[in-house]
Amino acid sequence: MPSLRLLNVTKRFGSIKALDDVTFEVRDREYLCVLGSTGSGKTTLLRSIAGILTPDEGEIFIDGKKANTVTPEERNAVYVPQSYALFPHMTVLDNVMFGPLAKETKRAAAEETAMRVLKLVRLDGRADALPSELSGGMQQRVALARGLASGSSLLLLDEPLGALDVRLRLELRGELRKLAKDSGFTVIHVTHDQEEAMTIGDRILVLRRGKLQQHGTPYHVYNRPERIFVANFVGNTNFLEATVKSRGKEGSTLRLREDLEVRVLDPSFEPEEAVIVAIREEKTRITPEPVGDEPNRLSGEVKEVHFLGSYIRYAVRLTNGDEVAARLPVGEAEAEIRHGDWVSISFDPADTHIYEYPTLGLPSELEAS
Amino acid sequence: MPEVVVSRIKKDYGKVTALNDVDLTIKDGEYLSIVGPSGCGKTTLIKSIAGVVQPDSGDVTIDGDRVTQLPIEDRGVGYVFQEIALFPHMNVYDNVSYGLMVKGAAPAEREGPVEEMLHMMNLEGYVTSYPRELSGGAKQKTAISRALTSGSTLLLLDEPLGALDLKVRTVLRYELRRLVKDLGLTAVHVTHDQEEALSVSDTIVVMKAGRIVESGPPMQLYMRPREIFTAKFLGEANFIPGTMVESKARRVKVKVNGSELRAINVETSPAVGEPCVLAIRPEFIELSKKTRKPNTWACEVAGASFVGDAIRYTLRAKDGSTLLVKAPVTGVEASLEEGQAVYATFPEGRLLVYRQPPEGLEKALSLE
Repeated sequence: MPSLRLLNVTKRFGSIKALDDVTFEVRDREYLCVLGSTGSGKTTLLRSIAGILTPDEGEIFIDGKKANTVTPEERNAVYVPQSYALFPHMTVLDNVMFGPLAKETKRAAAEETAMRVLKLVRLDGRADALPSELSGGMQQRVALARGLASGSSLLLLDEPLGALDVRLRLELRGELRKLAKDSGFTVIHVTHDQEEAMTIGDRILVLRRGKLQQHGTPYHVYNRPERIFVANFVGNTNFLEATVKSRGKEGSTLRLREDLEVRVLDPSFEPEEAVIVAIREEKTRITPEPVGDEPNRLSGEVKEVHFLGSYIRYAVRLTNGDEVAARLPVGEAEAEIRHGDWVSISFDPADTHIYEYPTLGLPSELEAS
Repeated sequence: MPEVVVSRIKKDYGKVTALNDVDLTIKDGEYLSIVGPSGCGKTTLIKSIAGVVQPDSGDVTIDGDRVTQLPIEDRGVGYVFQEIALFPHMNVYDNVSYGLMVKGAAPAEREGPVEEMLHMMNLEGYVTSYPRELSGGAKQKTAISRALTSGSTLLLLDEPLGALDLKVRTVLRYELRRLVKDLGLTAVHVTHDQEEALSVSDTIVVMKAGRIVESGPPMQLYMRPREIFTAKFLGEANFIPGTMVESKARRVKVKVNGSELRAINVETSPAVGEPCVLAIRPEFIELSKKTRKPNTWACEVAGASFVGDAIRYTLRAKDGSTLLVKAPVTGVEASLEEGQAVYATFPEGRLLVYRQPPEGLEKALSLE
């Protein structure tokens, strides 16, 4: 049964480190989602595990055995690339049966497996079609089906839902996970879609510029982002520049620009230190008037109102010029907050995260790649 | 100021009909988005407005002038598409001033409009950069600037943000809307990203199989879609087949596997005794461990997944059907476990009733 371990893996392309000292483990039957933007190194990571690329430094262990010098064919891992390479002269069914038959499975059994995975990707009705008769999204689903049917139990999927229509992508997420779990696969699934990663993965690994940023359960990564980059990349977050004013047992008091003050729970920074306060948009409360005595009450003017479907998002400029956004579920947003209104903004000290002020400034930390 | 009128345009590609008698009016100053599944005809429609595609029949007028036969360069439109096409050997400034140069404007005449555009798009810092030195977002902003500098007031955006990373895309979509409004442009924007369409548009057009299914303001299409396909395509929805038992003005009663649910109709009510379909968005279903509320089903939690700002539950109802529920991450709703019993309440004003589609529910909701 496949487990996987990477130890200090570095891969260079010329002067660029596509992977920079990456270390992590994937347990047997775990579903890991690797999340990152274009150029983060996620495809290089997958190709290194598949054996298509050889790392310059570090080691890769599959099932506890060092795999660096093992050929791709002998790694018992199947790599499904983003660009689907189907056999053009074979039908969909034959493409999908190719793996099982190569392993000398009996034809009837191979066909049963193939039809089961084709049903999963909603293409059982097109089993007799040739790849050229299918749309790009359909071809990608065939490639995914072929990977699923291959008999390998370590699946390396590069944006497996990427070329699909949005709606279909949403529908297939749950089923892909279910199939992996039912079949006992260990999966590494690369995606740039944070919601996809959170929905499917047992754990998420966030990559940026070849470096591992955070590795943990979706809940952990979302609620305890260890870096500004992760807090920004996963979810929607407000960042405010601040200086620590004082700290005590109950937490710290921070000074925002123009001497506005907020309280936070984290006491780990010294007075006068420059920090960044992070607060999720959905944890930022917005009300037309101040209500009761909420902690951290600020006021500002609504600059923009964005309807997002299940949420309405309000972009607010605070009295000190800082900008924050708050979002309300569309069902609760009937209190009619409009563009140009003055509103009260507040948040719970427990919902904040504090980070050291980045050496290169906040904008550089927020860049996706 | 441009008003665009598309009348009865038809376009076939071999046996496939991409546009099937489409009528559409885009008002002056309007930000209109076109959405729909792959192959619905949205790209062919915007290309017909741009002049990149010639419709087989029908007409396109811009500002009252019939432009159907005119090529793109004579239509006075700014056209931006997903594949960013900048001149690689020209810097940002020269790329943006290209349109004016072609029109014969002297360098001194170009300066003003180009600088103003670069300022509006926050590109001042990149004036001397070459495309290869820019991020995807900055490249696309340059392409948009170039499309607008030649003075076009009709901006045609064909998946302009499609190739960009999510975060960049989100920031840029708000900038795009601001730009269109500040400059008083008319914009037509084709996108596969429904959140993008919902958040930037004055009007959304939903297409399927070469036809317009429905159009209207984003909030209306999301909260009160007139067509069942809109409910399916924009946002998410649960669909529950039933039979009409009572209809009074807009309020109806529907029988579903022995239970009765109260709902409202959006347009015309199905007749009493006829089959119908109920629809409700996952975030409008209320969960509780105990309740006496009407319109409630006893269910069991079949699956849960954390998506950050919400928890997505799959519930199994008594009749075996499944419900998707999107619940907030705080309160009792956040702590339900697989196998646990839970009550799902459908608030009457959020449960919408539709006629049973003549082609069958599955076909009506199909994306292909």
